Amino acid sequence: MAIAVALVLLVVGSVIFHLISPWWFTDIASNWGSIDFTINLTFWVTGAVFISVNLFMAYCVYRFRHKEGHKAVYEPENSKLEVGLSAITALGVVAMLAPGLFVWAQFVSPPDEAAEYEVVGQQWQWSFRYPGRDGQLGTVDTRFISESNPFGINPEDPNGRDDVLVKDPEMYLPVGKPVKALLRSKDVLHNYTVPQFRVKMDMVPGMVTYLWFTPTETGSYDILCEELCGIGHHVMRGRIVVAEQAEYDNWLASQPTFAQLNARASASAASGQQQFAVCASCHGQQGEGNPAMNAPRLNGLQPWYVERQLKYYQTGVRGAHPDDQYGRQMAPMAAMLSSDDAVRNMAAYISQLPVTDSPDTISGDARRGMSIYRANCAACHGADGSGSWATDAPHIAGMSDWYIANQLRNFKAQVRGAHADDDYGEQMVSFATAMKNDEQMNDVIAYLNSLQ
Amino acid sequence: MAYVPIADQDHELHDPHSFVTKYIWSQDHKVIAIQYGGTAIFVGLVALVLSALMRLQLGFPDTFSLIDPSAYYQAVTMHGMIMVVYLLTALFLGGFGNYLIPLMCGTRDMVFPFLNMLSFWVYLLSVLILLSSFFVTGGPTGAGWTLYPPQTITPGTPGHDTGILLMLISLGVFIIAFTMGGLNYVTTVLQARARGLTMMRLPLSVWGILVATILGLFAFPALLVSAIMMTFDLTLGTSFFMPAIMAAGDQLDYNGGSPILFQHLFWFFGHPEVYIVALPAFGLVSDVLSTHARKNIFGYRMMVWAIIAIGGLSFIVWAHHMYVSGMNPYFGFFFATTTLIIAVPTAMKVYNWVLTLWEGDIRLNTPMLFAIGFVFTFVHGGLTGLFLGNVVIDLPLSDTYFVVAHFHMVMGVSPVLVLFASLYHWYPKVTGRMMNETLGKLHFWCTFLGTYAIYLPMHYLGFLGVPRRYYALGSTDFIPESAQALNANITIAAIFVGVAQILFFINVFWSLRHGKPAGNNPWGATTLEWQTPDTPPKHGNWGPELPVVHRWAYDYSVPGYPQDFIPQNVAGDFGVSDDHGHAEPKA
Repeated sequence: MAIAVALVLLVVGSVIFHLISPWWFTDIASNWGSIDFTINLTFWVTGAVFISVNLFMAYCVYRFRHKEGHKAVYEPENSKLEVGLSAITALGVVAMLAPGLFVWAQFVSPPDEAAEYEVVGQQWQWSFRYPGRDGQLGTVDTRFISESNPFGINPEDPNGRDDVLVKDPEMYLPVGKPVKALLRSKDVLHNYTVPQFRVKMDMVPGMVTYLWFTPTETGSYDILCEELCGIGHHVMRGRIVVAEQAEYDNWLASQPTFAQLNARASASAASGQQQFAVCASCHGQQGEGNPAMNAPRLNGLQPWYVERQLKYYQTGVRGAHPDDQYGRQMAPMAAMLSSDDAVRNMAAYISQLPVTDSPDTISGDARRGMSIYRANCAACHGADGSGSWATDAPHIAGMSDWYIANQLRNFKAQVRGAHADDDYGEQMVSFATAMKNDEQMNDVIAYLNSLQ
Repeated sequence: MAYVPIADQDHELHDPHSFVTKYIWSQDHKVIAIQYGGTAIFVGLVALVLSALMRLQLGFPDTFSLIDPSAYYQAVTMHGMIMVVYLLTALFLGGFGNYLIPLMCGTRDMVFPFLNMLSFWVYLLSVLILLSSFFVTGGPTGAGWTLYPPQTITPGTPGHDTGILLMLISLGVFIIAFTMGGLNYVTTVLQARARGLTMMRLPLSVWGILVATILGLFAFPALLVSAIMMTFDLTLGTSFFMPAIMAAGDQLDYNGGSPILFQHLFWFFGHPEVYIVALPAFGLVSDVLSTHARKNIFGYRMMVWAIIAIGGLSFIVWAHHMYVSGMNPYFGFFFATTTLIIAVPTAMKVYNWVLTLWEGDIRLNTPMLFAIGFVFTFVHGGLTGLFLGNVVIDLPLSDTYFVVAHFHMVMGVSPVLVLFASLYHWYPKVTGRMMNETLGKLHFWCTFLGTYAIYLPMHYLGFLGVPRRYYALGSTDFIPESAQALNANITIAAIFVGVAQILFFINVFWSLRHGKPAGNNPWGATTLEWQTPDTPPKHGNWGPELPVVHRWAYDYSVPGYPQDFIPQNVAGDFGVSDDHGHAEPKA
């Protein structure tokens, strides 16, 4: 008896929940309204079945509940009824399937005028490539991938020279133009998803997959990875900006081509040295760091990391948070470097400094720290803590331990890494939680100290 | 020598004499069933605890720092694999299959008792290997239960060296155990049925278990070869599934393998696996519904053919798990069509369960409540399958919480409700005592309403686009704060359901000593297992004489017969007409 009432209440409750739920599809921003139509159609068909079957069952349970002296009716089969129900069910299935296949036919055949762009996935970053003036992407191969050619573009292929490279998780598209995304991966499976566009596709190493859509609303949308790609899966985030044609053209023109990157003069450590005097007043002549000045050791850091952090300080991505006392001191110092080249030169000089030892100021259980580090940190920073250009993770083994502790606390408190443009800092916000408390943090740092 | 059908051969039984041969190295299918079931439930509890850890992380990411990202992905992986393979498959087939097949078929034991015993011990070994991965350096694999390469064996995935190797070995050992058991179940059903027990007189439980076992015998080899090939990729450096890739800035020594090949092999196993779990559940719940509604199962022949049709179709729908995998997109047309066709026989089963209640005399005891709850959750989970199966709708919903909600509703909650229905239903036969009804009903309400509170809202997170397998949602511009509140509520419901299972265990152990004595046939059921001379049945099941079957399994409330059920081994024509196809055999 109670079960009959419960079934009715669950049916009614489910319908009410459905009607009032604030959790629903995002506003669509692409041409795939036909997908939403198919979903709505499916909701009507399945909703009708859900309601009628369960209410009928509730009625049966109520009406035919056991009563003394009552006997069930013996009726093994009823072919007419069974055939009729099969036919109605088949009809409902066809009603849902036919429009579904029709829309799928559109999805698998991108229009000829769709402009191509490439999305490259790797653990745990996005990068993008646009064909240059020739409208053709150059060929790529895993064996060409290196620190100076992270896209793995074939240097012999003339089509690749004018390819526009975006090694940054933010990409632009023009509104109202159909586009075909060519998807590839450098390492494991990933998936290119923008919820507002409705379509998604896996990115598979060794092959190129595709999807197509027409962005219909300007704005900025999250790109998510939706195929488990390892420990950093949930922090593999990107951003897509749908802009008017002119804005898109401007943005694209400001991105470097493969040829431009190759032709770029190498950074001058000598020029960097001239400006290092300012840094040395806090960080020391050798960049060895000075805890008394709250200045961490710099020597041993990779140039791309130093360059990125200096730019972050310059643009307020880092060192702008009110609780980031020492970062706020650093911001005006970074601002003294007047150009991108000056930043590059500085980074180059620092990376050439002879490596010094940092005194250990933090102690902990290095063995316990090792298991936390290997499980959560080594995937990006390397088993030896030396970092990697591939994951954009800096060298941390044996660096100023008090500084690493401060930064971990900052990440945890989102004093650092919460800025929308701090793409890698955001990953650390999530992974700093791998150390549940100061004790575990000290254990990990003790392990890092042991690695130097 | 004249041919004697196996059913008529009087087997020499290996009568156990000592405690060890009776309860440990036992060849009695009933003891093996309990060993299988107990092990499966134990390892299932491990997986339940893992899910609680996950839910606490998702619901309260800043409050409980119980697990780090690495442990989260390990919990996700182990929870999934344990629940699907080591709990559900083992409990339905190793547990219920072992207990019920010989009893329902009227035999003294499985046809290969020694192989049956071996099957359990090898299964136990596979469980131990699996659990040992929690204790090795790096811990168990965190690759997701689907184990998709390349990430399964590349750095960046927890347990990518030792943990995954143990997982692959454990799966291989499990498949050996399953094959030994499975050959036994199929042979016993096909060759050793009691006299008069034609295939179309079998209870649907046996049909469900039989077809599921046949599916397993065809499907598990695909998993076995993929596990072996992946082991080679991992240990010998072959490239079955591994293309040329990078790892942390270095080029690995792999070239030319196909990650998608693995997915095809995995799902060639994985989709039938859904029905390896579902078909026994369909069968068992049919018998529970019919018995407690005091009414024949409606449309028996349709039910049998639906089981067979679903089993057959389940082998040609696998790539609906791969619509967005990057396989040739034209496959989508074929697999969406086959997938939606499977909805027709499945819907017929649902209609027939509900029509079995129509004009019945329904006893709302604990097993029946669980069975009715199953029909409700299965309707829900089946219908959401029509979203995901329709290839174009899978584009927005794939890899979101909608998928998680769907498969938990259809192959988590629904089969588990059937497991409980069956445990409450057959416990009196296994132990000779009834379970406590009050505790049982309380357990039902907590489980049924609690699981619905978990999974109904979860679908809506999926509509919103919240991705699955995320340690934390982080900051996005489309997921509102309220989604986190919803996540917290889901976690509370999940913890509630988890804790409520204590009621079941209290009931199981309390009733062992204090339950009402059950007698041989407490529910007034027709099938053979309730007609044994002793309860619990003794070794050999039937005393001196094997039963002879005279009718189908569902003669409930036959007009003109004094009681409302006629056991299958009762002879005579009690005014039942033959026109429904269940005629008396001419002796």
